[in-house]
Amino acid sequence: MAPHTGGLTTGAAVRISGLHRSFTDDRPVLSGLDLQIGQGEFVALLGRSGSGKSTLLRALAGLDQDATGTGDIEVPEQVSVVFQDSRLLPWQRVLRNVVLGLTGPGAVQRGKDALAEVGLAGRERAWPRELSGGEQQRVALARSLVREPELLLADEPFGALDALTRIKMHGLLRALYERHRPAVLLVTHDVDEAIVLADRVLVLDHGVVKTERRIDLDGTRDPSDPRFAAVRTELLAALGLAGGVEIKQEES
Amino acid sequence: MTAVKTEAKAVVPPVDDEELAAGRASRPRGKRRLGPGKPIPLAFLIGPLLLLGVWAWGSAAGWIDDRVLTAPWTVVTTAWERWESGKLGPDLLVSTQRFALGLLFGVLAGLVLALVSGLSRWGEAIVDGPVQIKRSIPNLALLPLLLLWFGIDERMKIITIALGVLIPIYIHTHNGLRSIDGRYAELAETLRLKPAAFIGRVVLPGALPGFLLGMRFAVTSAWLSLVVVEQVNATSGIGYMMLLAGTYGQTDVIIVGLVLYALLGLASDAIVRLIQRRALTWRRTLED
Repeated sequence: MAPHTGGLTTGAAVRISGLHRSFTDDRPVLSGLDLQIGQGEFVALLGRSGSGKSTLLRALAGLDQDATGTGDIEVPEQVSVVFQDSRLLPWQRVLRNVVLGLTGPGAVQRGKDALAEVGLAGRERAWPRELSGGEQQRVALARSLVREPELLLADEPFGALDALTRIKMHGLLRALYERHRPAVLLVTHDVDEAIVLADRVLVLDHGVVKTERRIDLDGTRDPSDPRFAAVRTELLAALGLAGGVEIKQEES
Repeated sequence: MTAVKTEAKAVVPPVDDEELAAGRASRPRGKRRLGPGKPIPLAFLIGPLLLLGVWAWGSAAGWIDDRVLTAPWTVVTTAWERWESGKLGPDLLVSTQRFALGLLFGVLAGLVLALVSGLSRWGEAIVDGPVQIKRSIPNLALLPLLLLWFGIDERMKIITIALGVLIPIYIHTHNGLRSIDGRYAELAETLRLKPAAFIGRVVLPGALPGFLLGMRFAVTSAWLSLVVVEQVNATSGIGYMMLLAGTYGQTDVIIVGLVLYALLGLASDAIVRLIQRRALTWRRTLED
């Protein structure tokens, strides 16, 4: 098997082998990446800007027609994407946004249920602009979950939210994940977010998976836990960031 | 020492603070400093009423010669007399009918062309050029040719109006279609929207603001073309009535015609604006 495969042995939701992608000819963004994500496995993808993490996610979502490259990708039939912006259609009310493109009887009811699940019951008739940033992103989550995805791709979904809202959203996402159990690939630049949420964290560097870390902290994952801090230090080192910020105290 | 200083500050505010407080008091809370401010009720009537006031005042004071510009009250009585004698009604009806039919066909044609050109590259390659060429030819210049082709009957008048209407509808709808955020197309792709759902849920609502803006130009353009066709060759309609009045030197009748055009124009613009407001509730702009 390829060196950077892992996940559950019971069958993979995602299989990628030898993935190359480049936009212009000078520098490849992904250079021979191998990755396997197990069914129902929560994987977080870290990497510096330009490391190719968004490119990988877009390749999985089938949104990279503008890129050239080779390699094999296997993804499940039902894939949902959550973008950094909620990407709600401003001219459709919240419920219409959630059930966008869904057909068949019960679509509306499923949409209502999904909204209730993200804590937005009663806001079905609101316009997207009437919601806060966090609420808009929750609608986006409802829109992706109502399709019962086997794979959820999330591209820095909380990147545009304030720190407090982000913490609340972490709890919500993990709870939704545990109820629906899709395989998740979460692209983020936030190391703590990756450790709090994921079963396995990958660090992408120069177009390949450079580091892989299984997160085996049971119970509540608390950033003040020394084991949590150890994992964070390890991952930060993999990202090429060591130590904190040096503060020089002026003597008075 | 520090404690004492703070206390003193609290009791007697220094000059700087006072000025600051005064500056703040002069700016009422909750009012936006930038942007046009709160909407004024019936704002669109204020300008026309002001104009009417100047006209009435000028006529009453004798500043405006009655033969040059008839007094407003004379215009009203003339209009009433013509209405009573059954001369005005048919003309008004004929004009409104031409306007409505020309607008209808023009909007349909403009909309179809904009969709064809906005949704496919081939469509754009075929449609956009001719429309841009038509755009640079004034309707007046086309008139002789249209007369030769379609004669002087109603068909020719409606076609002329429709040709004028088509342009703003096409330009603004096409622009609306093309300026829909590409990220929504990406979203539609990940949601696997079918082409019909994509057009119905994403494309058309996204282009609606552009289309409605085009409607406002189209309505104005329709009245404009109506005046032209009714004064060039017609035996009925408001324009014909004015043309006749001009021959006999009846200033008051000419003004009746002008006022009618103005009222019809204002009314139709108000209707479009109302539709705009209703259809675009999802949008918050400076206007609200």
